[in-house]
Amino acid sequence: MGRRELQRRKREQLIEEKGVIYLDNVSKVYSTGAPALNNVSLSIHKGEFVFIVGDSGSGKSTMIKLLLRELTATEGSVHVMGNDLAKLRHRQIPRFRRNLGVVFQDFRLLNDRNVYENVAFAQRIVETPAGEIRRNVPAILATVGLAGKYRAKTKQLSGGEQQRVALARALVNNPAILLADEPTGNLDPKNSWEIMQLLEEINANGTTVVVVTHNREIVNAMHKRVVTVKRGVIVSDEEGGEYIDED
Amino acid sequence: MKISTLFYTFRQGFVNIFRNKWYSLASIATISACLFLFGLFYAIVANFRSSVLKMEGGVSVTVFFHDINDKCDSHVVPDDLRIDEIGQMIAMRVEVSKVNFITDDNAWVDFVADHYGESADYARGFPENPLEGMCSYEVYLSDVSLQEALVNWLYSIPEVRLVNFSSLTADTLSGANELIAYVSLGIIVILLAVSIFLISNTVAIGISVRSEEINIMKYVGATDFFVRAPFVLEGILIGLLGAAIPLWLIKVLYNCALAYIAERFEILSSLLNFLTTEQLFRVLIPVSLLVGAGIGFLGSITTVRKHLHV
Repeated sequence: MGRRELQRRKREQLIEEKGVIYLDNVSKVYSTGAPALNNVSLSIHKGEFVFIVGDSGSGKSTMIKLLLRELTATEGSVHVMGNDLAKLRHRQIPRFRRNLGVVFQDFRLLNDRNVYENVAFAQRIVETPAGEIRRNVPAILATVGLAGKYRAKTKQLSGGEQQRVALARALVNNPAILLADEPTGNLDPKNSWEIMQLLEEINANGTTVVVVTHNREIVNAMHKRVVTVKRGVIVSDEEGGEYIDED
Repeated sequence: MKISTLFYTFRQGFVNIFRNKWYSLASIATISACLFLFGLFYAIVANFRSSVLKMEGGVSVTVFFHDINDKCDSHVVPDDLRIDEIGQMIAMRVEVSKVNFITDDNAWVDFVADHYGESADYARGFPENPLEGMCSYEVYLSDVSLQEALVNWLYSIPEVRLVNFSSLTADTLSGANELIAYVSLGIIVILLAVSIFLISNTVAIGISVRSEEINIMKYVGATDFFVRAPFVLEGILIGLLGAAIPLWLIKVLYNCALAYIAERFEILSSLLNFLTTEQLFRVLIPVSLLVGAGIGFLGSITTVRKHLHV
């Protein structure tokens, strides 16, 4: 058995035992000396839908950055899809990130391109053949309800539609995990609900979904697993839990 | 890399230039300004150097041999065969570009022409050639800075009586050559450093506008190469465009300058050795394009690198 095959089996075993996301006593202290996470341990298994909630500055976004390997932990280890992110070399990061789909509060779309080009862009990056791109992009746009708007420039779309484009872009490469950082932060309640329903559908198709938010109404209405972070520490982790704003 | 990715990279490189046309124009203008100065300076230096080389080509040393009239018995008087042999030895030296044999008769004719001029009749007062047996070699140098070494070698030949040379001319020309080399090197280095600084700033502004795009690419899983390639290609294209404009401008100006000098300052044309447009651009075109592309490459690659650590 080759070394690569051994590593693959090891990763699969780790995913089986600890989950697709596994944080083991993770602490993160920024170079300014400010602590962002303190001794956090968390396991998220394949196919789960998890809310990470907390106030601003609680450490939620730091957690997302650690999972994306944008930051490295000061202490402890972060495993995503069986990869120990601290041991990942710089040139291995792009391939690792292809396991993840990311959605941000501010959509981060390319405003000089149309809807189709924004989604196709993600496929070009992973060097998908042109024929496949032509098949995949309309299909994913239909999934997010934007089949008829593929030619529209992103600036012509509403906030909810822009977030759907961002979702389509995040999903078009079939990621195992979808990370959504405040996906409803810039949306009205109606659009927020539509986005959450889409995320639920995506999760129902087998994608692990991690949503970072401080939208109490949505969290409490959806009855999913809720991990509450406060001042860099996980204070509660409940299946079907609620987001209780203590302040 | 897949062929489709290669096409995508090229397409993006071109599209980026038009998408950010104001930054592209600013970058092209900056490179053009720097390379225009560079080209102008090169044209002046190259012409100056060519004139110095023309003067160097005229510098010669004259080698005289012992003859039977020499008082001292210890001197070795060469026969015709030995003089030929020495001539061949001189011609084979690296310091030498050309050797002319001057017979004693020719030497007398030249002497009369130089010293008596229009009163050549006075020379008829000499019944015989006073310079009989005083044949010599006129040796032209390939590099004036090697004159001293050649003179020393010539004096090591026992048959050589005297070597006539001007160390002042050689030193002056050699010093001028050295000065041109140092000054041009210094100015070129300064111009290149300024260019790279300006380009890197211009490209940095252009890229910071697109830092979000780079950011998205990195989150989606783009490799560093995929992110970098269109920007680097864009930088190279801008560099090449920025080099082409001053080349065209210098060509027009140089032709005008040559025509003006030939018409108004004829004496300068005979004194100095002006390079033709073809001679000048044989070096200037590849160097400018290479420098332009190099500046664009360096400017873009260093600036993109700062944005890659996402």
